[in-house]
Amino acid sequence: MNPLEQRTMIDRRSFLKVSILTTGALVVGCGRFDTEQADETAGDPWIANLYVRIDPDGKITIVSKNPEGGQGVKTAFPMVVAECLNVDWKDVSVEQAPLDDRYGRQVAGGSRGTPDGWDDLRVAGTAASYLLIAAAAEEWGVAPEDCRAGNGTVVHEASGRSARYGSLLQTAAGLPVPDVEDLDLKSRPEDFSLLGTFVPGVDNSRILTGQPLFGCDTRLDGMLYAVFEKCPVFEGKVRDANVEEVGKLPGVTHAFVVNGTDDLQGLRSGVAIVAGTWWEANSARKRLRVNWDTSHSDSSADFERQAEALRGQTGEVLRSDGDVDEALGAASQIVESSYYYPFVGHANMEPQNCTAHYRESGQLELWAPTQNPKSGRQLISKTLGIAEDQIHVNMTRIGGGFGRRLRSEFMAEAAWIAREIRQPVQLQWTREDDMRHDYYRPGAWHDFRAGLDEDGRMIAFDHHFITFGANGETVSGADLSPRHYPAGLVPHFRLRQSLIGTNVPTGPWRSPGHSAYCWSYQSFFDEVALAAGRDPLEFRLDLLSRSYGETQLDRQRASDVLELAAAKAGWGQRQLGADRGLGIAFHFDHGGYVAHVAEVVADGSSIKVEKVFSATDIGPVINLSGAKNQVEGCVVDALSTANLEVTFVNGAAQQSNFNDYELLRIGQAPEIECHFIQSDNPPSGLGEPPIAPATPAITNAIFAATGTRIRELPFSRSGIFI
Amino acid sequence: MSSISLKINGQAVTVDDIPSDMPLLWALRDKLDLVGTKYSCGIGVCGSCTVLVNGVPMRSCVVPAISMAGMEITTIEGLDPTGEHPVQKAWNEEDVPQCGYCQGGQILTASALLQQNPDPSDEDIDSAMAGVLCRCGTYHRIRKAIKLAARYSAESGGGS
Repeated sequence: MNPLEQRTMIDRRSFLKVSILTTGALVVGCGRFDTEQADETAGDPWIANLYVRIDPDGKITIVSKNPEGGQGVKTAFPMVVAECLNVDWKDVSVEQAPLDDRYGRQVAGGSRGTPDGWDDLRVAGTAASYLLIAAAAEEWGVAPEDCRAGNGTVVHEASGRSARYGSLLQTAAGLPVPDVEDLDLKSRPEDFSLLGTFVPGVDNSRILTGQPLFGCDTRLDGMLYAVFEKCPVFEGKVRDANVEEVGKLPGVTHAFVVNGTDDLQGLRSGVAIVAGTWWEANSARKRLRVNWDTSHSDSSADFERQAEALRGQTGEVLRSDGDVDEALGAASQIVESSYYYPFVGHANMEPQNCTAHYRESGQLELWAPTQNPKSGRQLISKTLGIAEDQIHVNMTRIGGGFGRRLRSEFMAEAAWIAREIRQPVQLQWTREDDMRHDYYRPGAWHDFRAGLDEDGRMIAFDHHFITFGANGETVSGADLSPRHYPAGLVPHFRLRQSLIGTNVPTGPWRSPGHSAYCWSYQSFFDEVALAAGRDPLEFRLDLLSRSYGETQLDRQRASDVLELAAAKAGWGQRQLGADRGLGIAFHFDHGGYVAHVAEVVADGSSIKVEKVFSATDIGPVINLSGAKNQVEGCVVDALSTANLEVTFVNGAAQQSNFNDYELLRIGQAPEIECHFIQSDNPPSGLGEPPIAPATPAITNAIFAATGTRIRELPFSRSGIFI
Repeated sequence: MSSISLKINGQAVTVDDIPSDMPLLWALRDKLDLVGTKYSCGIGVCGSCTVLVNGVPMRSCVVPAISMAGMEITTIEGLDPTGEHPVQKAWNEEDVPQCGYCQGGQILTASALLQQNPDPSDEDIDSAMAGVLCRCGTYHRIRKAIKLAARYSAESGGGS
């Protein structure tokens, strides 16, 4: 940016910056004033969350600051700006920002993009529109209140005058910047014309014609290709390797040992092989002989033995409301059940990769498909001893995130190799590298006991959660909040936790934790409802009708999605054949309320999930296409993952490719009908909330169709096949 | 190492210094910088690397490049660079891609299906598309987009 003039209007909430460029373009930035940074440094304490540029020809450019990996942010965010700026969507183009501290948080994770961006996006769009209306009013000598904006044009109806935005930029730049508090931000679905409509993704034309877009599509002059062999046993280190021999193989330019660090999420010990093509580098790997130093021997069978031993113990009490033991003693009926789910992997279609160029000046440039570019830069800075301001990270499109690319070790590996060889290099993992060196979603065991009163109401809930961790701390991705549903809905509630130590690397996996444990809860509540002779929907609604202290969720919004999904599926209204079943489930996470009803048809132990009826409340829908895509994708992901497991023997993962980790194929995918309850609650993200309740809706439907209660995943462990 | 001639997207190209066992995928990506064809499994089970060879979908990750001499190879870059192929248009209209990584393989497989079968049923689609994985779960839209593409092709009076 080359501003000729820059003025700011500071506000306690957020503030605006308006600039006019030498090209005549008007730039409106919106962000926050970082007072802490202002105290510490003499630099510009302005943190822009976004920029909108309006060119004299009327073209609108919106900078998308967050990584895009299929969650749709690169389309949804600019839509919000365009809505508030009152421009035609076809005049808008989107530029992907690189990592730049001035943009604040640049992360694809936690379904936080939308809620974090909502205010700033609307402020930027609305402020720009306000300035352009004011500019037209000044030029025409009329009151701004008598003018209105639409399709990139300001109109004064009384006089019939109109002006395109592009002709008003110079005047707009000279006007006082509006006070953010004075802007009238659109917030209700009925105010929107673009938001809530079906808008195809802004990168579609490049995707559909195969143009370079993803991390592995990066091509640089003189670029070499690398593979990096790590020990299949977690935390194993290289003792020695035949790198001299490998270095002489056809096409190979470099082969060397990387000692790595002790950071288990950082640069690990391994062997780098670099060649003129990736095929040659990877072919040379077959001749590589490494003597590994290993000390771990984690195995799935041992985990199961340890879990069994912990079953009889009390564990650490994480929460206790009322008196669970007394209530269970007095209960008319007790229902007990246990659930188990395994470790699973992320299996992004684009295996981890990163392109790096270390220049003699000491600067490092990277092209990375990362969900968390800043943490990657920090890791590289720490590992290579390069100052962060000497590291430039370009964010490429991501071939699937699902939480895997919140970790950044592949960036550190590429950076290290690039500095060693002093040439641009692309590190490309194989599928096998990717499966064996994932940060897996941890497995767990859930033992439940529910006590019912004479009316069949659940008055006591005792839950023993056995997962992985040590010293009271769960491993990453394994935690279960003691505040979460059904806490606060049952008068006598206890959550106990026991931990199994492990060296298996773990991490966030789409809606960390929720996508796993929701299945156990919602399956068990089905068992409880049926044991009490109650309808599973009615039981859930009744549970939501009372509270005992604070609950995390809004009980009305929760009930509304349950009722909507049930109504759309014809719950209780349809005659189903003996081989057919409906199952319902609900969950609340990341601010989103989702209920699904699954319809399955059984042929013996073989199940076809025919259709899923879905009801979602995430506040207003921004892009209807993107929103539906996330619901549809989550349902497929849930079904796919319920069929999968990663197991461990002698400290290594046993699965290595899609032939032994078989993702769902098209013939197994259900039809999905999405419904949204649109409200003026602030919007929440949708990349995660629909997945958690999808699994139990399906398994509850399988029970309804077959009488088989699935208490262990993957399905095959319960004798069910999809 | 040898030099081979290939016909890719209607153009004759020579690839020098190619290892005899190098799959077509890596010749495309690393020798010719045609990066639209994607690596994902390397063992021919996921379909991300699909190209058309004489109009038939093939897994470029397991086919040696040198065996492709004389064949007509179509990559996603060559289907229609303007994106006006009925399948591409339908894919955009239905907004099929999420991450988009597998979509080149999906589109080429779908275009070959429609070439053979201009009006496929759900079962025909599921069977023809079974070899291409989508981790994001866009299957539901793939079915819809193939039907829309079939309609576009029928309306324009030509095959796909």
